[in-house]
Amino acid sequence: MNKRMLLTILALVMVLAACSTNGGGSNNGNKPATTTPAASSGDSGTDTPTEKIYVPLISKGFQHQFWQAVKMGAERAATEYGVEITFEGPETESQVDKQLEMLQVALDKKPSAIGLAALDSQASIPLLQRAQDAGIPIIAFDSGVDSDIPISLVTTDNVAAAGSAADKMAELIGGEGEVAIIVHDQTSRTGIDRRDGFVQRIEEAHPNIKIVDIQYGGGDHLKSTDLAKAIIQAYPNLKGFFGANEGSAIGILNAVTELKAEGNITIIGYDSGQAQLDAIRSGLMAGAISQNPVGIGYETVKAAVAAARGESVPEHIDSGYVWYDQSNMDDEDIKAVLYE
Amino acid sequence: MRDTAIAPASSKFVFKSGLQQLLAFGSLILLVAFFSIASSNFFHFSNLVGILLSTAVIGVLALGSTFVIVSGGIDLSVGTVMTLSSVMTGVFITMWGLPLGVGIAGGLLTGCVCGFISGMAIARLGVPPFIATLAMMMIAKGLALVISGTRPIYFTNTPDFMRISQGSLLGVLIPGFNIPNAVLIFFLAAIVGSIILSRTIIGRYNFAIGSNEEATRLSGVNVRNWKVAIYTMTGLFTGIAGILMASRLNSAQPSLGMGYELEAIAAVVIGGTSLSGGKGTIVGTVIGALIMSVLTNGLRILSVPQEWQTVVVGLVILLAVYGDILRRRKA
Repeated sequence: MNKRMLLTILALVMVLAACSTNGGGSNNGNKPATTTPAASSGDSGTDTPTEKIYVPLISKGFQHQFWQAVKMGAERAATEYGVEITFEGPETESQVDKQLEMLQVALDKKPSAIGLAALDSQASIPLLQRAQDAGIPIIAFDSGVDSDIPISLVTTDNVAAAGSAADKMAELIGGEGEVAIIVHDQTSRTGIDRRDGFVQRIEEAHPNIKIVDIQYGGGDHLKSTDLAKAIIQAYPNLKGFFGANEGSAIGILNAVTELKAEGNITIIGYDSGQAQLDAIRSGLMAGAISQNPVGIGYETVKAAVAAARGESVPEHIDSGYVWYDQSNMDDEDIKAVLYE
Repeated sequence: MRDTAIAPASSKFVFKSGLQQLLAFGSLILLVAFFSIASSNFFHFSNLVGILLSTAVIGVLALGSTFVIVSGGIDLSVGTVMTLSSVMTGVFITMWGLPLGVGIAGGLLTGCVCGFISGMAIARLGVPPFIATLAMMMIAKGLALVISGTRPIYFTNTPDFMRISQGSLLGVLIPGFNIPNAVLIFFLAAIVGSIILSRTIIGRYNFAIGSNEEATRLSGVNVRNWKVAIYTMTGLFTGIAGILMASRLNSAQPSLGMGYELEAIAAVVIGGTSLSGGKGTIVGTVIGALIMSVLTNGLRILSVPQEWQTVVVGLVILLAVYGDILRRRKA
């Protein structure tokens, strides 16, 4: 009995393994075409990546639209440079330990370089030390690590980006009134930078605007919705609402819609995604700041390839940000950084 | 008198489960063999150590869960109680500056107290285990967030703390054999757990309660007290897992832990312990936990898309439990 069960398990694993190796090892994306040139440029088999450059990217997540866009950019660069990449991340952004395991496995695959978006700025340091000892260059992306092991950091200047959101908010609500913020979390670098960037800019440049509340929704749409509703109930004169990431912004949108407060509150979001794009198009949301996730992925792989070839890589690579609203969201260069 | 009444049943069980463990162990070996052939990067010392290390935390949680599951109960709170234990350890060591030993004892005690409270709610108030531990899961999650101020607590001032998981006592004794202490602690905990479950009175009553609670009660055993003891012991193992986790990450991460109880339960079930109680072994749980990590690691090494990795693990759980049901139907 157990034998049959066991055979089924093995058969299953083998089928999956076959699926993955047929595509050239890195075919885990929605764009199978991207791996074909990579596979043909390297003559070595998929199990011996000694000749071909192989770069695993360990992100903070994989299901989220944002990370899918980073992956898209990474795959674009992989095709261009003829290298092989893999892209994975834990299911939620609290699973620091799962991410370490992924990093560990990535190390054991003896890659040419590794891209890492660390969930915790310290926990990964011992493993990074191992990478350094083995001569594997590390490119940090999205958030940095409290260590000088990563040779480069590809990121958005979130403080500046959130500051420009604050300026837009001031402009839209006429320079005075109550404003609230929903942030995804208070532990990650992006959460802290976006919150502080927005708050500092308001305090410096717009003294008549009062920030009445800052809440943390974990980037969870539902939780953020409930938080935003409570804030709107508590501050009936609220004029503006800033959501510091996709989940937070969508939470605010849901809250405003559910409370039928459309038009009374100016909403500014962050990142993109179908729901935010639709809301901006329909006028429910004033506009949003977008990082350039495609650019983050692209620049990370580009830097990793350069590092693997022994070329010099700048210590900090700014992947840029844009403000987009109804007026410019269909421009070609803006469209390129938005994702659905 | 009581003891002799129960002993024959459990010795017969030990014999039968021996065969089952052999088969479970066989499937583990086959999985390892398969991945070793499929990828040249799998069967390396550092990767195998990585697998063991990634098994340690979930493994210790699963050991604790084995006790309650054998007693016919369930503990859904192990994931977040683990987090609360690590947060409390952080509070004791980093915030209050207490010595390491005291901080660790405090972390273990936190686990015990949570287990004790769940046990009391179940045995004394008659709350069903599923609900009582679901409540504890939420209470522990909330408390961990409140106490830590939702920020991770780092152990950067006490570099020795990190060595509980990441240091290697074996590496010092046998040069080159750098097995992290977390793995050592996991196996020690398994040996202790195995002795408790098969050689002590609490283990024997655990099986008795799980097979037939009413009969056990009628034969004069104070089922309520033993249940509280069983949940407290699960709490102790949860506390150990909390310290291993904190030491591994060199920080107490307050938002971690949700969902770990389900991984622990999955490991227990793959290891052949019956969710209806009265049947199970620690060795089985260890093998179950190893099968889970070998699968995850191997699929990752083969670069199987992450979405599919989850599907495979789900199917394995289903198959393992179905196999168990078929075997029992035949018996």
